[in-house]
Amino acid sequence: MHAQWNDRESLVHPSSAPDYIREEQLRSLQLQRLRAITRHAYENQALFRERMDETGVSPDDIQTLEDIRKLPFTQKTDLRDTYPYGLFAVPMNEVVRLHASSGTTGKPIVVAYTNEDIEVWKEVMVRSFACAGLHSGDIIQNAYGYGLFTGGLGAHYGAEALGATVIPISGGNSERQIMVMRDFGTTAICATPSYFLHLIEYAEKMGIKWEDLPLRAGIFGAEPWTDEMRKYIEEKTGIKALDIYGLSEIIGPGVGMACEQQEGLHIFEDHFMIEIVDPVTDEAMPDGEEGELIITTLSKKAMPVMRYRTHDITSIIAEKCGCGRTIRRINRIARRSDDMFIIRGVNVFPSQVEAALLKVEETLPHYQIVLTRDGGMDQMEVQVEVTANVFTDTVRGVEAVHKQLSDAIAHILGIRVKLKLVEPNTIERSMGKAKRVIDNRQND
Amino acid sequence: MKLKQLSVFLENKPGRLRELCALLADNNINMITISLADTEQFGILRLIVSDCEAAKNILEEKGFVAKITEVIAVEVNDEPGGLRDVLQVEEAAGISVEYMYAFTIKSGENAVLLFRFDDMDKAVDALQSTGFKVLDSVALFQRTDG
Repeated sequence: MHAQWNDRESLVHPSSAPDYIREEQLRSLQLQRLRAITRHAYENQALFRERMDETGVSPDDIQTLEDIRKLPFTQKTDLRDTYPYGLFAVPMNEVVRLHASSGTTGKPIVVAYTNEDIEVWKEVMVRSFACAGLHSGDIIQNAYGYGLFTGGLGAHYGAEALGATVIPISGGNSERQIMVMRDFGTTAICATPSYFLHLIEYAEKMGIKWEDLPLRAGIFGAEPWTDEMRKYIEEKTGIKALDIYGLSEIIGPGVGMACEQQEGLHIFEDHFMIEIVDPVTDEAMPDGEEGELIITTLSKKAMPVMRYRTHDITSIIAEKCGCGRTIRRINRIARRSDDMFIIRGVNVFPSQVEAALLKVEETLPHYQIVLTRDGGMDQMEVQVEVTANVFTDTVRGVEAVHKQLSDAIAHILGIRVKLKLVEPNTIERSMGKAKRVIDNRQND
Repeated sequence: MKLKQLSVFLENKPGRLRELCALLADNNINMITISLADTEQFGILRLIVSDCEAAKNILEEKGFVAKITEVIAVEVNDEPGGLRDVLQVEEAAGISVEYMYAFTIKSGENAVLLFRFDDMDKAVDALQSTGFKVLDSVALFQRTDG
């Protein structure tokens, strides 16, 4: 169904790469694939077929791309409820790989790939790395965790297919990460942004100077992060910090990627169809307006996922990108609708706190939000680690920093919350996805 | 003529001060004097130690935020009016105290007053021109070792 790409040059060169395809051609390819995948899912996924039959929609009703709105949504709970293999749409002997989510909030989610799916995944990862300006000859240190998590192997196969040299170091062991980065001449690193922050600290401790390292790009993803964090990383290290987007439920990393223009993320639309809907009314939102991102896998055989509710909040950028790619972009995802919590009637996202903290001049990237319930009232405390550059010797000086941070948060949230300055390294460092919110509220 | 002081940020939690003291003790660093400023949220510990740089490195390695700062040490007679006389000089020169603490030297009758002024250089000049004995680290350690 998808084009063969034995020659990786054809995948990244503007004259032939799918990223630069003409718009009409892209839409007609999408429609052709949407019709095929709808039929495939209808014929091979019991849950999808039941839902289609309930609403009286048949695969033949998909005549235009807008007709996708006739299809039912897929929720994360659908993947849990059918654990482990309930949504597989091919016989088991065609499934060559399984991955699974960590399952920290319940049963894990299992996802499957055919050989062809793995090829598609490699392809979108090659295109992701190309977005970052990487090519054969680059040395890519892959600090995503290897294993059931899609990040490690996804980036690994993609980097190899790109023709780069892969260092499959996985996450953790920060001292070795820095040593390898220096001694092996790493030019690009894949990691979660929070883990890379930890590496920045570590390198400082080891007396490593970033300008002495050949590292020039970071492919950061697997958790929401802000543009302020990007600037912080770039100023600290002099590398380009690029945002990669993906979900295990869809394929893993490689659904979308920021190019060197760093204005949003290109979505590989020939394989993933995107929509933005109002998270409450489910109504389609026009380009440029924020809503929940909905993704449909257009090529995935082993486990097609139709109209997946990502809970990620973003908007589509319809304007052409300066890089020349014609595939559309979405804005950076800094918020997830299910990350949100409500304090004194105000909706709060962790990313708002991050943006506020990093706006204060003497940047403080290590923070944590602790939620507690006190006499029926939800309380929020932001804990921020003090660093040597903000610590002054006088009470007045420290209190001024406290006030500055507290004001910045109040300004963004519209309410004043508790702020506590804590000693360095008291907030737990994560090797993978950072845990920004500690929820100690009892469900009483 | 300024004296090096070590300032440490302390979170208000049980055992933290003891951990810091244990670290210095284990590394054979003697405290000549110490002062703790506390607020509801945090504390700032100020120390005069035998080896400021070494103490700073030891503390930083264990995750403390420590900074080397400067204070002015003035030696006065340990008798009524000792502090007043210093403050009079500074007030006349238009200088304010940001914080201060004091200790007495065990072998003699003198006290050492440690000051942080808003204008440190001007403060030293004012004191010296009026005949006060401003101690540098050498002079201070001579007196405390004895």
